[in-house]
Amino acid sequence: MIKTEHLTKKYGALTAVDDVTFQVGPGEVLGFLGPNGAGKTTTMRMLAGFVTATSGRASICGHDIETAPLLAKASLGYLPEGAPGYGEMTVRGFLAFIAELRALEGERRAARLNHVIEHLQLGPVLNQTIETLSKGFRRRVGLAQAIIHDPPVLILDEPTDGLDPNQKHEVRALINDMARDKIIVISTHILEEVDAVCTRAVIIARGRIVADDTPAGLAARSRYHNAVSMQFAAGAQLAAARTAVAALPAVAEVEVSERDARLTALPRAGANILPAVAELAARQGLKLQELHLESGRLDEVFRTITA
Amino acid sequence: MHNVGIILRRELASYFATPLAYIFILIFLVLANAFAFYLGGFYERGQADLDPFFAFHPWLYLFLIPAVSMKLWAEERKSGSIELLMTQPVTLLEAVLGKFFAAWIFTALALALTFPLWITVNYLGRPDNGAILAAYLGSLMLAGGFLAIGSCMSALTRNPVVAFILGVVVSFVFLLAGFPLVLDAFRAWAPQPLLEAIASLSLLTHFESIEKGVIDVRDLLYFAMLIGFFLYATAVTLDLRKAD
Repeated sequence: MIKTEHLTKKYGALTAVDDVTFQVGPGEVLGFLGPNGAGKTTTMRMLAGFVTATSGRASICGHDIETAPLLAKASLGYLPEGAPGYGEMTVRGFLAFIAELRALEGERRAARLNHVIEHLQLGPVLNQTIETLSKGFRRRVGLAQAIIHDPPVLILDEPTDGLDPNQKHEVRALINDMARDKIIVISTHILEEVDAVCTRAVIIARGRIVADDTPAGLAARSRYHNAVSMQFAAGAQLAAARTAVAALPAVAEVEVSERDARLTALPRAGANILPAVAELAARQGLKLQELHLESGRLDEVFRTITA
Repeated sequence: MHNVGIILRRELASYFATPLAYIFILIFLVLANAFAFYLGGFYERGQADLDPFFAFHPWLYLFLIPAVSMKLWAEERKSGSIELLMTQPVTLLEAVLGKFFAAWIFTALALALTFPLWITVNYLGRPDNGAILAAYLGSLMLAGGFLAIGSCMSALTRNPVVAFILGVVVSFVFLLAGFPLVLDAFRAWAPQPLLEAIASLSLLTHFESIEKGVIDVRDLLYFAMLIGFFLYATAVTLDLRKAD
């Protein structure tokens, strides 16, 4: 369990994190979202015990990060922003060093080292020094050191930043794989990641929590929630369709994109407009390439609440 | 305290992962011997002792030790690896001690490699080997004092060059605290007891008394307290500034 109560961090006159309170339980993957400079990294650093809070409290698995920092840190795997490491060390040497600090010994140490090397596919670079690694490998080495001691809590600051789509997919699969029995907090500004791995999303702006919801719940706040989007075979029908769709009683607004011949109909609050729009399309003989119901657009919600 | 050893071994290995360690040892050995022979008149004095060798150590250390200590913390902060280290289950004190002892063992190694000179002087005459051993101990304590000062200066900044310059300046002040060069700056306004206190902090005075072969507990205590003070200051500085 991660618990924060009124966590606040001030740098002089600047309040980086302002009265942040939340809890994360087992099985939850919490996505920490927010614009750059919103306080995500500072919050994570306080949880990891690297930055001392100005006021408020936080605990990891019941261990207060101020009064029992070693126990809190022992229950925690942490990937710092940018995945720093010791450049002159080899990957093998670095992981062995972390394993020692994490007090892994004997068979368990060998098993855990093999596990992280295999899961993060570090085999080919084991004897390379960290400074010669590509960004993707460096990030994976950072992830490896975070999970090497199989901690109950993981805090990962932008775990997929700088990875290519294949590597992103692998890291997300890894997170999903660990999610069952761990508490995971990740920060990201890639919104698709929230859908891909998170069970819950906290949006933070100017140091304050502005939303705390499931990804579906957040999407439902979008004005595109339950909107109907259709793409025409040719742009010619667009103008006529626009007038007809706008005339439907449950439709609040119609947006048209000429570029890809797309029309989006936004419903009035709570209305289900899909049947009406579909029927209209059939009646008028509209040639559609695509017709679908939107669940909501996270990027639009994100912009609305963090603006 | 088990972690001190783990951090110490990693640090020590990292010295030898780059050419820095070899360059340092080479320069130290060349300069230490050159000073002893050319400036100290090792042969001309006609005495079988290592005085001309040890007499230059404070001046050699003044520039070489900050070169070792400058990266202790400044580099960790610059590369961000300090965040990685301090979020492992280790205390700040363990990290400070681990790094300090690694640097100290490294300089001890460089110092030990001057043994051919000791063999030479034993071949040429019958030196007082007890006094030589005491001088080696004094030199090692002096190196430790400079390293502790350098560790603290390295914790103050993310820039290793700034850490080097601060290290040289602060070491210089402590080295010559008992001499007019430093004391005159205080003489105009400081009361006599303070002047005496400052003068008693002189690294050079304490080093010279051990170097002469007199191991006084007060001198050893002085070095131990100096090292302790600056390592504590390192930890306090890091605690305040590690995330800046």
